[in-house]
Amino acid sequence: MSTAAAILVLAGALLAFLGSLGLLRLKTFYERVHPPTMATTLGIGLVLIGSMLYFSSLESRPVVHEILIGVFMTLTTPVTYMLLLRAAVHRDQTEGRDPLQQDPKGRPQPEAAPGRQPR
Amino acid sequence: MTGTFFTAAVWAAHVLVAFGMAFAVARLLRGPRAQDRVLALDTLYVNAMLLILIFGIRTGNSLYFEAALVIGMLGFVATVALAKFLLRGEVIE
Repeated sequence: MSTAAAILVLAGALLAFLGSLGLLRLKTFYERVHPPTMATTLGIGLVLIGSMLYFSSLESRPVVHEILIGVFMTLTTPVTYMLLLRAAVHRDQTEGRDPLQQDPKGRPQPEAAPGRQPR
Repeated sequence: MTGTFFTAAVWAAHVLVAFGMAFAVARLLRGPRAQDRVLALDTLYVNAMLLILIFGIRTGNSLYFEAALVIGMLGFVATVALAKFLLRGEVIE
């Protein structure tokens, strides 16, 4: 039982690691939004299932309170990422650059207004 | 036998999540824009939550679950407030 829990926890941690690596490595913001969702959905889910298995076998009674975190993250992750993405699109549009035509460095394009560049 | 495998796997998971936090901090410092930093902060929160959950599994203490729950809630509120600030320029209208 604890071997299964260890494998689940390791898989979840690997997903979190890969999500953060993608956040670091990808080129534009609209690509970087995607990888952390791996950690927030499947990564946390696997770790929570592993934790439930481990504590259930440790205390020899079903321990299911980890479901609270799972439900909470499943409900809140889409809300936060939709809000953040809409804010990013809004900022790009007010600065007059096409959100889909960003150059990889994320620098303002030459034809954008040179005066105001909110960071 | 299973005890050693369990210990090694949980240690490896710890190291992996710690590297994930380091990557999120690198993106937080590098930017280049505000929304990247907010996204990196959200990822940092999630990784910290995972780290505390795994720490609870390693020590066999279920009290760490509540700390993880609090971190998850604070991360949600912080990210929503920052995204709202980026969208409008103020948090509460």
